[in-house]
Amino acid sequence: MNGKKKQQFTQDTVVNIVFHIIAILMILMVIYPLWFVIIASFSNPADVASGKVWLWPKTLDVRGYQKLFEQKQIWKSYLNTIIYTVVGTAIALFVNITAGYAMSRKDLPGRKWINVFYVIPMFVSGGLIPTYLVVKQFGLLDNFLVMVLPFAVSTYNIIVARTFFQSSLPESLWEAAQIDGCSTIRYFVQFAVPLSKAVIAVVGLWTAVGLWNSWFNALIYLQSENLIPLQLLLRRILIANESLLGAATGTMAQELRQLSDMMKYGSIVISTLPIMMLYPFLQKYFNQGVMIGAVKG
Amino acid sequence: MKNKAFATIKRHYQLYLLLLPSAILLFCFAYLPMFGIVIAFQKYSPALGVFGSKFVGFANFLQFFRSYQFGVTIKNTLVLSIYSILVGFPLPILLALMCNQMKTRMFKKVFQVVTYLPHFISTMVMCGLILIFLSPSSGLFANLFKLFGGTFPNLMAGASSFKHVYVWSDIWQHLGWDSIIYLAALAGIDPTYYEAATVDGATTLQKIRFIDIPMILPTAVVLLILRAGSILGIGFEKVFLLQNVQNIMSSEIISTYVYKMGMQSMQYSLSTAIGLFNTVVNVIVLLAVNVIAKKFTDNSLF
Repeated sequence: MNGKKKQQFTQDTVVNIVFHIIAILMILMVIYPLWFVIIASFSNPADVASGKVWLWPKTLDVRGYQKLFEQKQIWKSYLNTIIYTVVGTAIALFVNITAGYAMSRKDLPGRKWINVFYVIPMFVSGGLIPTYLVVKQFGLLDNFLVMVLPFAVSTYNIIVARTFFQSSLPESLWEAAQIDGCSTIRYFVQFAVPLSKAVIAVVGLWTAVGLWNSWFNALIYLQSENLIPLQLLLRRILIANESLLGAATGTMAQELRQLSDMMKYGSIVISTLPIMMLYPFLQKYFNQGVMIGAVKG
Repeated sequence: MKNKAFATIKRHYQLYLLLLPSAILLFCFAYLPMFGIVIAFQKYSPALGVFGSKFVGFANFLQFFRSYQFGVTIKNTLVLSIYSILVGFPLPILLALMCNQMKTRMFKKVFQVVTYLPHFISTMVMCGLILIFLSPSSGLFANLFKLFGGTFPNLMAGASSFKHVYVWSDIWQHLGWDSIIYLAALAGIDPTYYEAATVDGATTLQKIRFIDIPMILPTAVVLLILRAGSILGIGFEKVFLLQNVQNIMSSEIISTYVYKMGMQSMQYSLSTAIGLFNTVVNVIVLLAVNVIAKKFTDNSLF
């Protein structure tokens, strides 16, 4: 008995240590690349390219940020992204929370068929070109509305909201309100919404992160320079390797290339920072979202 | 009878009013495009429109099936997808099992916050990071190799390395996040199971083997069905952004080909046909996997 206990103890200790070592290695593997981007954005590009920067900037150099902030297009795109995110989240919350509430009510006539209507688009879609043609027919090509309106409905978020309303709004509350002569819409506005801040936060945050990071719709539906969001501008800087500073030759070309590298790191930092800064504070809401989504059905 | 139904609907008109905004949007931008699938069976020309274009039956599908790209895109899609499942399905489970057994609460919290973090990086920035870090002349990996006197291969230029870059960068970004759902399932386990196991002298590994794994199996099966169901629906964005002339032989997948045919070559009908083929295969696979799962494990989606 005693020997078995002892064996159990030593094996558990070893397992516990191994688990912690793996965990620490994983933390480093996640943190280091992100940290490197930050220090590289403040470092002399020649030092970064030749591998002299590892843990801290060797010489502080903010030319990358200077050049970035001199670009009018960066400001323009940043502002566009903020507008798309704010307006898009507001619209998405409105359409998804209202639908989620209506579908949570058991007395909704035709509930089963309405459910089917909302679920089918999760599995079947018209595809790229038919959707493009419809958007075009509505005159939404190269229109700011295309970023916030047509694709605001998310069946997944509706299900999350519906599940929340069903599980945390007592039915007796609605019955009591009804007896007092309260209409559905008034009940929704005055009771259901204020009691559902958690689910509104979850759906809102999901939507906002999605909108902030999205670029595909912009690529397909937008043409004007003054409408493009930040992520699409990043595509030029990071993926297509276009220099925003124009072309140059000779010794100028070398310096320009290095400046462009700095701007790459800098643009990653300024585009990702808002979400990264918010994230630790909002984490509990994100997790709740996954939990609520997990019990759907 | 009809009047009664009408009366019920009238009594509940405010509920329908709440449904109206989302229903209108879904009708316009999800259902109307479904009717547009007709153009897959036409020789569509924008000048003639959906109603005026010539009906050609399955010609567009046959054109795709006979083309050289058919085999290549299907193979690439399957390779990336299956590789992603083989690595991306078990690892989050292992991570959750490990995290669940860690005793130090504070450390566990930090570990979770950190491993979830990369999930919020946009696909665009992620692909930018991949290209910067893997740069053979000045990237982080190249410099690391130089320290030890090695040379780092240009992974983005090779057709054979594309799948590894794609899958493992995805693991880096989403591993922690994908484990949340299993952690939630593990958190729901009755603590008396562990107490009883401890009294009986079970080791940590035995607890994992005999309590944790059986408890998260239903969740795992449902998630596997979902993943297997979208085996041909692998994400467009990342593959598209990492594609270049040198790795195109292994990075051209169905969805990127649909995009190229549709938005770049303006072959609307062909592009729609390929997309429709993809959707149909997806739905069939999802249903098939669901039937199989039902038969063998009692767990299914529907």
